[in-house]
Amino acid sequence: MAKIAATTGNSAIAYAMKQINPDVCAAYPITPSTQVMEDFSTFVADGLVNTNLVTVESEHSAMSACIGAAAAGGRVMTATSANGMALMWEMLYIAAGMRLPITLALVNRALSAPINIHCDHSDSFGARDTGWIQLYSENAQEAYDNMFQAVRIGEHMDVRLPVMVMQDGFIISHSIDRIEYLEDEEVQKFIGPFVPQYALLDYDNPVTLGSLDLQDYYIEHKRQQAEAMKHVPQVVLDVARDFERLTGRSYGFFESYRLEDAEIGIVIVNSAAGTAKDIIDQYRQKGIRAGLLKPRLFRPFPATEIAQALGHLKAVTVMDRLDSFGAQAGPLAMEIRSALYDLKQRPVVLSKIYGLGGRDFEEQHCQYVLDELVQVAKTGTYQNLCEYITHRD
Amino acid sequence: MANLKELSKKPDLFTPGHRLCAGCGIPIIPKLLYKVTDYDIVVASATGCFEVATTIYPYTSWLKPFVHSAFENAAATISGVEAMYQSLKKQGKIARERKMKFVAFGGDGGTYDIGLQSLSGALERGHDIVYICYDNGAYMNTGIQRSSATPYGAATTTSPAGKVIPGKMQKRKDLTSIAAAHHVEFVAQTAVSHWNDLATKLQKALDVDGPAFLNVLSPCVPGWMIGSDMSIEVTRLAVETCYWPLFEVDHGVLKLNYKPKTILPVSEWTKIQGRFRHLAKPEFTHVLAELQRQTDENWQYLLQQEQLTQPPAK
Repeated sequence: MAKIAATTGNSAIAYAMKQINPDVCAAYPITPSTQVMEDFSTFVADGLVNTNLVTVESEHSAMSACIGAAAAGGRVMTATSANGMALMWEMLYIAAGMRLPITLALVNRALSAPINIHCDHSDSFGARDTGWIQLYSENAQEAYDNMFQAVRIGEHMDVRLPVMVMQDGFIISHSIDRIEYLEDEEVQKFIGPFVPQYALLDYDNPVTLGSLDLQDYYIEHKRQQAEAMKHVPQVVLDVARDFERLTGRSYGFFESYRLEDAEIGIVIVNSAAGTAKDIIDQYRQKGIRAGLLKPRLFRPFPATEIAQALGHLKAVTVMDRLDSFGAQAGPLAMEIRSALYDLKQRPVVLSKIYGLGGRDFEEQHCQYVLDELVQVAKTGTYQNLCEYITHRD
Repeated sequence: MANLKELSKKPDLFTPGHRLCAGCGIPIIPKLLYKVTDYDIVVASATGCFEVATTIYPYTSWLKPFVHSAFENAAATISGVEAMYQSLKKQGKIARERKMKFVAFGGDGGTYDIGLQSLSGALERGHDIVYICYDNGAYMNTGIQRSSATPYGAATTTSPAGKVIPGKMQKRKDLTSIAAAHHVEFVAQTAVSHWNDLATKLQKALDVDGPAFLNVLSPCVPGWMIGSDMSIEVTRLAVETCYWPLFEVDHGVLKLNYKPKTILPVSEWTKIQGRFRHLAKPEFTHVLAELQRQTDENWQYLLQQEQLTQPPAK
């Protein structure tokens, strides 16, 4: 029987971690993810988990200790945001390259400078090439649900890769939301016991990990890593199917919202998708056939499935809550445009940069995007491929 | 006190075939490490000569578990390994009778400089680890660049002996004292030239239930510009000149483990190393004098500390 509660995104994540009961957590405080580890620390202090909590002196050491702990042979988690993740950067690649299934709760926040503590996606999108699996979450429920699925996906024997679970800083992390908790036993049954591979603590089967890998082997190991990523989509679907059986809540590569008969569409990740769905409903009432696609799995990128879902549209605007400075469009927009390239008939794809540093994404902004799409769908032409919105000129 | 005959009977768990230079001091440390103890040991290493020369895939010199992840984080990496051990042990997932110890290695670049923060963090958190710095006085793996461990006046590729600037113009950082300031149970300075001192300190460090730190002077043949047959002799002279005193801080009590009867001038150590060759020039005699002054000052400081930290007689 599910327990229904009102809680913040951060507390939901911390509660998920309590229910997962990892062997080791190593973490360092940073706004807005701090509360995850604060809440989790009280579970440790009250003896509600078996976790050995290592309160390190930096995020670089947090990920380093996670790598050591995971290589030792157990279940490992951490949480961070923005600059904290930037300090981990070197170690993110190493966690993936060493094939260690660590779970990272990332509370999205803008990167400095200027320093800002509020939400955008420059941290996680910047980490798209690190080799981590990325799952995005619109609200606290999705973030909570993604945590359990992340453990299953990353630890799958065909995968063995680290996974990061995203939620929007403050907008979700600090807002009270309705959430349905699973029972502890249900969680344990769903995730199963950790199965170590090549563990340092398996002393009778000694291994050397983190070897120097030169011209004669490096590319083969990277190729194996790429192959592991190719196994992820099927595992994501299998795990989602099990999760739906348990909870009735359905997950996939992305959420399609009123897309089937749509002519125009918005692609948008995380919390702003909620606002956009409301506005799409308004436009539907006016007889405008608008829809939305909300990516959940960004790495690996389900390009074929996204092309199938968007291919019949006349025009699509992809919303990026970050900028790849000097690029022709936002990173998500470029990826979507590329996914559609091989279609015989494809929609016009536009790019908007919005909401940087926590700037609100409001009704009027979404209306502006949809109004433009209506025109583009009619004429097939547009003014700017990529444009900043939600800002003052 | 270790017994060399006994030690020689123990198997070599750090095996030959590695690519460290002839005359390198580093392999002496892991060889002794496995011989002085019956603990099961997991080793982590920072990026550096030691790591790249002993783990070239698909080969390894490590017959027991070994992990490397990056340069500045050997202390954090071993913290994670140890934390997992403690967690699994508490949960009964590792046999109660299995007693494991966790040892991290880093060079002076990876410890005095880029890894200082992670070392400090690991010492403060109290993990049951031994951190061993092999101090060869520069970034040798990248081609002899100065570090904060490089001796005053030494030439490196980033502190070359020029016409105007005669090598490195800053004092060596006193890392052993920094480690001791964490008030962990055992911190010591030793050298590969003194196998018995090294073996005894390895044993003591491993027996500590908590963090311990060893700073081991280890010669670098190309970096010090010495013959490969000279490395032990040159290292011994570092001790005899008091450039590198052998001492330990055991539960806060500092003890100089070796006091030369006649302290040799530091020039006896510098004059046989190519990295100090320029100090023979008449215009740079003041540099040698300053290195001597620093060496004397450090020795006096340690003598004082030895007196100050003696527990009152009962």
